[in-house]
Amino acid sequence: MLSKIRQTVEDRGNQHVGLLAEFSDPGALVEAVEGLREKGYTRLDTFTPFPIHGMDRAMGLGVSKLGFMVFGGAVIGGLLGVFLQWWTSAGPQPNWWPTELNQFLGYPINISNKPLFAWESSVPIIFELTILFSALTAVGGMLALNGLPRPYNPLFNSDRFGRATDDAFFVHVSSRDTAFDRATTAADLRDLGATGVEYVDHDGAALVDDDAEAGTAVSTRADAPVAPHHTTGDI
Amino acid sequence: MATVTSKSAYDRLGGDGAPAYPDGTPMTLEDAPLVRGNLSFHDVTEMVAYHTEKKTPFGWLLAFGGALTLLGVLGLSVAYLVWNGPGVWGLNNPVFWGWAIVNFVWWVGIGHAGTLISAVLFLFRQRWRTSINRAAEAMTLFAVACALLFPTFHVGRVWVIYYTLPIPNQMAMWPQFKSPLLWDVFAVSIYGTVSLLFWYVGLIPDLATIRDRAVRAGRMLRARILGFFALGWTGSNRHWRHYERAYLILAGLATPLVLSVHSVVSFDFAVSLIPGWHTTIFPPYFVAGAIFSGFAMVQTLLIVARKVYGLENLITLDHIEKMNIIILVTGTVVGFAYITEFFIAWYSGVEYEQYAFMNRATGPYWWAYWIMMSCNLIFPQLFWKKSFRRWIGLSFAISITTNIGMWFERFVITVTSLHRDFLPSSWDYYSATVWDLGMYIGSFGLFFTLFLLFLRFVPMVAIAEVKGVMPQADPHFYHGHGDGHALPHELARYQQDANVQTAAPAATDADDDGVPDDPNADDSNA
Repeated sequence: MLSKIRQTVEDRGNQHVGLLAEFSDPGALVEAVEGLREKGYTRLDTFTPFPIHGMDRAMGLGVSKLGFMVFGGAVIGGLLGVFLQWWTSAGPQPNWWPTELNQFLGYPINISNKPLFAWESSVPIIFELTILFSALTAVGGMLALNGLPRPYNPLFNSDRFGRATDDAFFVHVSSRDTAFDRATTAADLRDLGATGVEYVDHDGAALVDDDAEAGTAVSTRADAPVAPHHTTGDI
Repeated sequence: MATVTSKSAYDRLGGDGAPAYPDGTPMTLEDAPLVRGNLSFHDVTEMVAYHTEKKTPFGWLLAFGGALTLLGVLGLSVAYLVWNGPGVWGLNNPVFWGWAIVNFVWWVGIGHAGTLISAVLFLFRQRWRTSINRAAEAMTLFAVACALLFPTFHVGRVWVIYYTLPIPNQMAMWPQFKSPLLWDVFAVSIYGTVSLLFWYVGLIPDLATIRDRAVRAGRMLRARILGFFALGWTGSNRHWRHYERAYLILAGLATPLVLSVHSVVSFDFAVSLIPGWHTTIFPPYFVAGAIFSGFAMVQTLLIVARKVYGLENLITLDHIEKMNIIILVTGTVVGFAYITEFFIAWYSGVEYEQYAFMNRATGPYWWAYWIMMSCNLIFPQLFWKKSFRRWIGLSFAISITTNIGMWFERFVITVTSLHRDFLPSSWDYYSATVWDLGMYIGSFGLFFTLFLLFLRFVPMVAIAEVKGVMPQADPHFYHGHGDGHALPHELARYQQDANVQTAAPAATDADDDGVPDDPNADDSNA
């Protein structure tokens, strides 16, 4: 059990060790992912400044399960809304309740013999609490499914990776992939039109060049394309 | 691979110019491109992120100083109020609800546009929202903060405000859950919380963008602070998948929430038995009014911000026109509600109702009623004319009159209904004191302090979302068949470009500067 947990944690830490390839535009990126999947790669990820339409299908990812989590949150919030209002205004006063916890009991107030609890007047707060708990679950669940916050990521070792949040489009093939081989995979990526392929691990990032030996460190910053192909560069 | 940019995709460009079809007829609002000026993805990043990175401009400091001064006025007014009690306001018997409630409802109403733009327009696939949603959501948060000030201090003994929350206490007393005032506590505070979550989730990718820019610029302290808030975002598609789902769910949740909040605010009035308040029309009428005033405030802020920060290509004249259409529609809905109220008062045959409404239009507060009518119903009718909708000066003027008109609407509802009690011996005239005024002016200080900090430190346009609606963001754009939504003439351009690109050899580099030549460089109107 413990070794399994350790394995999971280690896997997670190492999932972004591998080859990072830059592509010129979203269209090329989708084609590259489709091409890599045809070649049998599965541990792929893409990094883009905005979500790319159709990328989930290209990567073979299904619909996020977040909706089910949020439904759970909604049910909890709604029930809490019912319980809170019923307990505080019409809740039971059991004999066995310890006196020192009396502050957690309800305080039924009889006003003109109106019912102590009514569904009609409870609707707004039930509704609001349902929304609150759903929203908290949606955000918390999204972060949990994504494994965020994640302050350290080996990809941050790559200089050119910083442009993934600006105007660059990357494919990453994890070294954990069964089909992964540093030289062949780099060649595959270049065949698919990559403009630059880097090997990224915990120690740093190195450009994998056509001519140089695989893994020879080359200054990456100078090699980053100055004007990406999908832009005109002038305002 | 074809290289097609917005430059080649659209013939006529330029910030405020009207885009046209090839035959010269102006494009409809639906067809016009959302982002103008032939921008690349990097240009969008640069345009927005720059304003968080530059040295603080003197003009900003000047405005911030002004806002802080008003904030000081707020502090003074609140201190004087807490020391002496709400008697310093102009409240009397029977007008126990004066400016404090007017200001509360006014600010909450303004706070509705942000979530409406980010959630409702998202669900309706109105992609133009991306340019304005960030600033509108920020405005929502700050308006809700201003709104909460008023009921908080109106309770008098503000140090026991926590009695409104269901906290177990030594008296074993709980809040009265059957009171609309308590529903208000829940509705407005939950609305504030959910709006904050929604805003922050939208911010994560943009914080990562400016974090990475800070790393490249070598500003490590800035990068660490932003890195903390960006949560290690990388733009991974496996993350985008859950992120987009979360955003959709939040939009789905915020839509009924935003409609419920002003409905609950209207229950404060409608659940009572006061003539002029006790009407079933209130929830939809309040919601329409909230959207109306909220869009007016967005308009007021963004007409200035787009000019000052040079964002005319992102927040285009089309955006202003679209917001003017919403202002026209909601203003007319609100005006229709005013007339319906009058009709129902007559039709009900209840003389108290009839008196309350006649008194509104012709009684001692007739001036407030007619300011409301002209600002909310009459002035926005100018927007039936297209050239008026695209006239920036007029749009700004109407956004201001709308804000004024909506303030007077709440004044009319609150004060005119109360000042004539059932017993004529209780009748009185209400007027505000200098401390009412100080608190109201001071709330602008709080609002503008927060808004100026937002403009200075946070990307004021949703960078990632704007990139997502640009034509070159769609993968199909690069395959010679447009973005899937293209018009026939655009499609022709895409295909033509694609053919030229495929036929031509790889990009040449005549000037040998390491930058491939731009095949579209000869296109005019850059």
